[in-house]
Amino acid sequence: MKNKTGVPLLFEISSPGRRGYRLPELDVPEVPVEELIPSKHLREQEPELPELSEVEVVRHFTQLSRLNHGVDVDFYPLGSCTMKYNPRVNEDVASLPGFAAIHPYQPEETVQGALELMYLLGKYLAEISGLHSATLQPAAGAHGELTGLWIMKAYHEANGEGHRNEIIIPDSAHGTNPASAMMANYKVVQVPSDERGGVDVNALRQLVGPNTAGLMLTNPNTLGLFDENICTIAEIVHNAGGLLYYDGANANALLGIVKPGHTGFDIVHYNLHKTFSTPHGGGGPGAGPIVVSEKLAPFLPWPVVDRQGSRYVLKRPEKSIGRVRSFYGNFLVLVKAYAYIRSHGPEGLRQVSEAAVINANYLMHNLKDLYYLPYDRHCKHEFVLSGKWQKDKYGVRTLDIAKRLLDYGVHAPTVYFPLNVEEAIMIEPTETETKETLDRFIAAMRQIAAEAETDPENLRSAPHFTPVRRLDEARAARQPVLRWTKEAR
Amino acid sequence: MRYIPMTEQDREAMLASMGLASVEELFGDIPEHLRTAGALDLPPALSEAELIRHMKALAKKNTNLEDTVSFMGGGVYDHLVPAIIKHLISRGEFLTAYTPYQAEISQGVLQSIFEYQTLIAELTGMEAANASMYDGATVLAEAALMACNATRRDEVVLPANLHPEWKEVCELYLRNQNVAIKYVPYLEEAGTIDFAALQSLDPKSLACVVVQQPNFFGLVEDVEPISEFIHGGGGLLVMAVDPISLGLLKSPGEYGADIVVGDGQSLGNTMNFGGPSLGFFATTEKLVRRMPGRIVGETVDADGRRGFVLTLQTREQHIRREKATSNICSNQALNALAAAIYLAVLGRQGFREVAYQCLQKTAYLRRRLAESTPFKERFTAPAFREFVVTGQVDWEEANRKLLAEGFLGGLPLKRFGMPDAALFAVTEARTKQEIDRLVELLGGMSR
Repeated sequence: MKNKTGVPLLFEISSPGRRGYRLPELDVPEVPVEELIPSKHLREQEPELPELSEVEVVRHFTQLSRLNHGVDVDFYPLGSCTMKYNPRVNEDVASLPGFAAIHPYQPEETVQGALELMYLLGKYLAEISGLHSATLQPAAGAHGELTGLWIMKAYHEANGEGHRNEIIIPDSAHGTNPASAMMANYKVVQVPSDERGGVDVNALRQLVGPNTAGLMLTNPNTLGLFDENICTIAEIVHNAGGLLYYDGANANALLGIVKPGHTGFDIVHYNLHKTFSTPHGGGGPGAGPIVVSEKLAPFLPWPVVDRQGSRYVLKRPEKSIGRVRSFYGNFLVLVKAYAYIRSHGPEGLRQVSEAAVINANYLMHNLKDLYYLPYDRHCKHEFVLSGKWQKDKYGVRTLDIAKRLLDYGVHAPTVYFPLNVEEAIMIEPTETETKETLDRFIAAMRQIAAEAETDPENLRSAPHFTPVRRLDEARAARQPVLRWTKEAR
Repeated sequence: MRYIPMTEQDREAMLASMGLASVEELFGDIPEHLRTAGALDLPPALSEAELIRHMKALAKKNTNLEDTVSFMGGGVYDHLVPAIIKHLISRGEFLTAYTPYQAEISQGVLQSIFEYQTLIAELTGMEAANASMYDGATVLAEAALMACNATRRDEVVLPANLHPEWKEVCELYLRNQNVAIKYVPYLEEAGTIDFAALQSLDPKSLACVVVQQPNFFGLVEDVEPISEFIHGGGGLLVMAVDPISLGLLKSPGEYGADIVVGDGQSLGNTMNFGGPSLGFFATTEKLVRRMPGRIVGETVDADGRRGFVLTLQTREQHIRREKATSNICSNQALNALAAAIYLAVLGRQGFREVAYQCLQKTAYLRRRLAESTPFKERFTAPAFREFVVTGQVDWEEANRKLLAEGFLGGLPLKRFGMPDAALFAVTEARTKQEIDRLVELLGGMSR
């Protein structure tokens, strides 16, 4: 079976005996394998790897790539994901052999450049966040959350308050927040949003108590709204003995404008693959460094980089929680983020946030007459519309609107999130888009709104011009086919 | 600014269209005292040319292993990386895509993950694999947690000869879930798991036994009795495997493993100072709904054509929140793509040959060291691509001397409590000439 696009699976184009890569001839004397490893340890069933020439492999993956949307292809307003342009020069510098061809266990004196870069990136993130010390080890945002929660736990335990077992999380939070709390063995307590889209401060007052370990918050939140009560929120949590964790997924709104550490947060993570433009690679690698206040610095995972005179060294913080992954983190991602910060400088980073916020408000302003806007106030880097008018009047759902957008050559916004908005459509344009692109997106969204009225069936059956049409997700989950097998074909 | 296309005219036009006099009004809801006064204390912006110069200067302070011959392993290896990989993974459609939430315009990433899952399942001899996770250490911790959830038990056995950093990561993940770790020692002479010591535990109370294959010392474990032991008590066998070794060694599937994890750096990824690489994760059909991470499945579109989607998402954080199987969201997709391309271009014969050459070249260095130097091999169990050498020498000092000759020697195990020992790795990338020269240099160093 072939799909319309005609890209068969690797295994379906395999031809016995064909090879795509030639190793150098073995130049050492050979010994029969069984003399080195007893045959009972040797494999009996050979793995079913394909047999292909180099050109076939290149064409296969090139053809696959052409079925895929990326920031390089066109607009990607996926809310909370900050799909900005990924500068190519950062790819070039990260692939220098001095970064890509170094071993994590090389003697420290042979990796001084790598350690210096990590030391400086930690300092820059501390400056941007208004906090004290960083770890660059977490491999992604969710991993940073987990690291932050482990630090929180270690801190409370060190203070003899290990009984604090509750993390408060707003109903608008990313799914990773409660999942990370679960991984750290915390009980999740949900706090509702108020009528302006922020944390319901009165409800929060009722929820905090002697078991409160902390609060996880995104600010601006997932509605793209700055929580004006942040100081009150911080006071309530701190007075109860808890700590404040900042989910940095939305940090693109506030670079050089607000330092989260100055608004009461004790722990901040940044998604380098969002705010600092490292490419997301179709799902990763990311990096989720966290920055903490001075009192939490002794608990950071080890190793951290320190400077002793003119030398950079790896060391273990006094009360370190341990290691959150092997080695030092997704180092090449750190290199790209460092390059991004150096390319922008302080003025540039502030302009990033200003432009991101202008772009988001411009889109919101030009769409809110046709789509329901549940919180009508200035947004920050993103905003959330609702497809409920289209659903109520024409039976067209947000999913249909999203799928129809694909026909216009742009990626759909994040949909059905946050959960506290019905039929949510979450739009984040970022600062790297032109006004012409934004106008084109506005026109597409307005045409879709018109089409909902005139030809709703065309939306329900969208997309029409993509490599495949709407895919049957229910079937995939009901009868899982998770791999190719020789027998099945 | 370089990457912000908004001109002064655009800005004014956009603000005016919204009835705003200045951008400040958009930040008006932020209390004044919370606003950052003055500019961030960061170095000024660099142009592209200045940035390249600066980054090259930093890179130059590192000794790179394109110009230095490496015999270092311990989890990261200098294998040959086919040239096509960097070109293919640099294609913007792969590089600049997010997680494939909109399947209809993400078939490239989705199909390549489906192929990756198949390749990992084939290598490990398992029924299903996920789309990748962070690294070898974190996938092992997740595997142990999954074993606890699947068996509803809260004791895990780790071998003392597991990679020391992986131990630390497991300790952190498991401690915070109130899971107890029992370490099983290794045999003083052989260097492999002390099966008699393992047998003294009650398998009925264990969620799983973890076996690293080959173990941290590069030695091949005898897995069969361990598999029988743990399965006899209803627990799970978790194997942490080196993927290259699977070109020769019995697959975890053949041993009856329930969960298989490992670090995929060796599969077409450069060393990167230890990251990014990828953690691979495979399991049985029976346990697949407990597996963490993204999974791609095959389905059909509205016209009945084959297509691929993210599936079994009710395991995941964005749907299940605190009831998810893990908190993972971003994974290591681009590194997994590199691994898939690697396995595709090496193919059936090439992949087996990489494993074969690693084994032969490692054996050659072992023989040569035994013949020509006073250094001794520390353990007697069969070695695959790595082995431990002991001798009366300060290995860190020895490495400094080797560096002066253009060689990066074995990993000194002093930091892991074995002051006399170093762990040497020999991949297919090493030549006979390089091995001979290393032996010659080491021969002159022993006291």
